[in-house]
Amino acid sequence: MSENRLTNILVPVFAVILGIIVGAIVMLVSGYDPIAGYSALLYGAFGDRYYIGETIRQVTPYILAGLAVAFAFRTGLFNIGVEGQLIVGWLAAVWVGVAFELPKVIHLPLAIFAAAAAGALWGFIPGFLKARFRVHEVIVTIMMNYIALYVSNAVIRSVLSDQGFKSEKIYPSASLRSEFLQSLTDYSTLHYGIIISLIAAVVMWFLLEKTTTGYELRAVGFNQHASHYAGMNVNRNIVLSMVISGVFAGIAGAMEGLGTFENVSVKAGFTGVGFDGIAVALLGGNHAFGIILAAILFGALKVGALEMPSAADVPTELVDIVIALIIFFVASSYLIRLVLTRLKKEGK
Amino acid sequence: MEYVIEMLNIRKVFGSFVANDNITLQLKKGEIHALLGENGAGKSTLMNVLFGLYQPDGGEIRVKGKKVNIPNPNVANDLGIGMVHQHFMLVDTFTVTENIILGSEPTKSGQIDIERAEQEVRELSERYGLAVDPKAKIADISVGMQQRVEILKTLYRGADILIFDEPTAVLTPQEIQELIQIMKALVREGKSIILITHKLKEIMEVCDRVTVIRRGKGIGTLNVSETNPNELAALMVGREVHFKTEKQPPKVGKPVLEIQDLVVKDSRGITVVDHLHLTVHAGEIVGIAGVDGNGQTELIEAITGLMKSESGSIRLNGKEIRNLTPRQITETGVGHIPQDRHKHGLVLDFSIGENMVLQTYYKEPYSKRGVLNFKAIYDKARQLIQEFDVRTPDEYTKARALSGGNQQKAIIGREVDRDPDLLIAAQPTRGLDVGAIEFIHKRLIEQRDRGKAVLLVSFELDEIMNVSDRIAVIYEGKIVAIVDPKETTEQELGLLMAGSKRKEAGVSS
Ligand SMILES: Nc1ncnc2c1ncn2[C@@H]1O[C@H](COP(=O)(O)OP(=O)(O)OP(=O)(O)O)[C@@H](O)[C@H]1O
Ligand SMILES: [Mg+2]
Repeated sequence: MSENRLTNILVPVFAVILGIIVGAIVMLVSGYDPIAGYSALLYGAFGDRYYIGETIRQVTPYILAGLAVAFAFRTGLFNIGVEGQLIVGWLAAVWVGVAFELPKVIHLPLAIFAAAAAGALWGFIPGFLKARFRVHEVIVTIMMNYIALYVSNAVIRSVLSDQGFKSEKIYPSASLRSEFLQSLTDYSTLHYGIIISLIAAVVMWFLLEKTTTGYELRAVGFNQHASHYAGMNVNRNIVLSMVISGVFAGIAGAMEGLGTFENVSVKAGFTGVGFDGIAVALLGGNHAFGIILAAILFGALKVGALEMPSAADVPTELVDIVIALIIFFVASSYLIRLVLTRLKKEGK
Repeated sequence: MEYVIEMLNIRKVFGSFVANDNITLQLKKGEIHALLGENGAGKSTLMNVLFGLYQPDGGEIRVKGKKVNIPNPNVANDLGIGMVHQHFMLVDTFTVTENIILGSEPTKSGQIDIERAEQEVRELSERYGLAVDPKAKIADISVGMQQRVEILKTLYRGADILIFDEPTAVLTPQEIQELIQIMKALVREGKSIILITHKLKEIMEVCDRVTVIRRGKGIGTLNVSETNPNELAALMVGREVHFKTEKQPPKVGKPVLEIQDLVVKDSRGITVVDHLHLTVHAGEIVGIAGVDGNGQTELIEAITGLMKSESGSIRLNGKEIRNLTPRQITETGVGHIPQDRHKHGLVLDFSIGENMVLQTYYKEPYSKRGVLNFKAIYDKARQLIQEFDVRTPDEYTKARALSGGNQQKAIIGREVDRDPDLLIAAQPTRGLDVGAIEFIHKRLIEQRDRGKAVLLVSFELDEIMNVSDRIAVIYEGKIVAIVDPKETTEQELGLLMAGSKRKEAGVSS
């Protein structure tokens, strides 16, 4: 039992190390200095207060996107639609942020609530179609991503601006930004969202592991027949799972809209945060605590990479290769497990 | 070189739990060798070691006198060892031939030579009298046929040592007789067989020798001709076992379950339960006897709400429960030991504890205001594990890691413990050892004596005759006769189940 848990922790750690090593080889082969590259990466992520602030800011939506993917996955569903749910969440949050001016204690929660509701709606549709007509959620959520992207762009152009490319800035009463956090981190874009995302992680863990709702959701995810036999409403649970997953994703969008950017602009393509959430969830073992660690890694890689071209002449694309390699090694965890058991055998 | 397989002092440990403790098993060429032991004794584990699915922690394996190391099933295949698992590993949408050649496809200029494969499969099937249609889809053939496909799979790969893990547990009596003929044909052709079964009758009928294990330890190997079922049962359980359960005459009370004119159609719209009438009273056990596929499964699913029925009436203590949801039906006092424990009975990836509250998790003390109380849950689990002798390292172990028989005991414990007014038991002792069967029968009778109604469905006539107070014979979706077990014989039951009419008017309930 505990031996198993240890392997579960060791596998992603090994995957990360392998990814970094193979990434170094790729740098060497393409004529870059891996040590300089990784030093720049590390410096760019944690080198001074400003970078740390930027990294934490990037970690925030990653945690929430990872939670969204993991929540659905733990209950037997594959939510590829986190990206779309995040986009509508972003849009809804900013909409509320620019439409009213209210006291902060009302305005900020209301904007976040709007984002959660939008994400929930975007999750509800594929959940409902799956429960009612057995349409596979992967297909529908991919479709919903495109609908989200273009609906959001259309609303920004025609409602939130006068045929412009971005909305107004949200009222300060809806903003997550904080003078205090900014001054602490040398005027980075760090905002209070990180606290929300950490609370969300605790909520996800509690909901899934400690409540009767979570018990039902997990039971349905593992075995629908037995859940039906035990008197659970299988269809209701499928919809609920997608809705809750969408709530996490929607709030991730609110982090961008109310914290990082304080507005919403027309997008040429997907933000990628929702898709990275899949990798975060995978690396984090679909566990709330693991997801926080994985999100820190991905956030650090993303932010640190910006420093690589100027400090070490290494193109940022190489970081994407390293990320891809890590995902590859996590996905092929079977291999790592094999190596680990071999090592253990010999150690005995 | 007398032995084709020698497993010497095999040891296998899971964590701190010793599943196999220096077990020795030697298989002679051309014999059928039974492996006998209680649920959780370590039989499947031992065979998985031989088949390369588990690595032993001690001991050695010899094949035809040569010491070997079997790191995975491919190596086992190369050594001529084939295994027919209890849970089949077939692709439903593939044909018989496609399933058989999967992984070792014959090719002709880069393409799969399906015709040659079909020819080979047909030849093999004829040689051993398996009567399998190489072109049939797996989804369309019976469980018994699927098992033969598994047998063919091992033969196709050139196995001459075959391991059968509880092959008869999923078969009807008719299919069991056919399987016995097949096994005899296999040894005539020079194959050697290891057979795991809990049915002592089968061991006496086909096996040459039997190795008994108890709680992971080898007890010894006997010649079947020099032993008897009582001795075998005592050896494996470690005490005397009574095959016939003692019981007092029933004190029949008011009707608990009343079914009138029930019609159930399957997904294709075919009537499978056909205007059925049946009453079960408090304080009695009614056994339903019938050949598989005569509507038993659908009848139970209709009562428990797993399946919708067309028309008629199902009343529990006078209250209409037809087409209510499973939860509503459970709460009116119905317990259900389902026929398929992996599909309906358990969430295999949940711990034993979590499985013990599958229908009650939302009630106190297992949860309060939506928050689970794990202490109460695991306390309950510990109590049931004790009471029902579920052999497991602890209550946190995943249900998946339990042996088949112990999974069944866990389900029975859960259902009996809820103390329902009506307990439906479908094949409750399938895959259980003789000791556990005796125990389960006692518990069913105990429920009856406490004034509960029990509806028992079983393909084992022994069980039906032994436990029931009344026997209802089902045929083509109708109850065609109600008989008293003390006044009938297996022959008569067999005839009734095959659809022949009884002379006396027996169709009243
Ligand atoms: N992968 C595993 N991890 C932990 N324990 C295991 C595992 N597999 C089996 N066990 C334990 O080992 C014991 C022996 O199991 P095994 O499946 O060999 O029993 P069996 O003799 O085949 O019983 P049955 O007749 O009920 O099928 C059981 O107590 C079971 O809980
Ligand atoms: Mg077994």
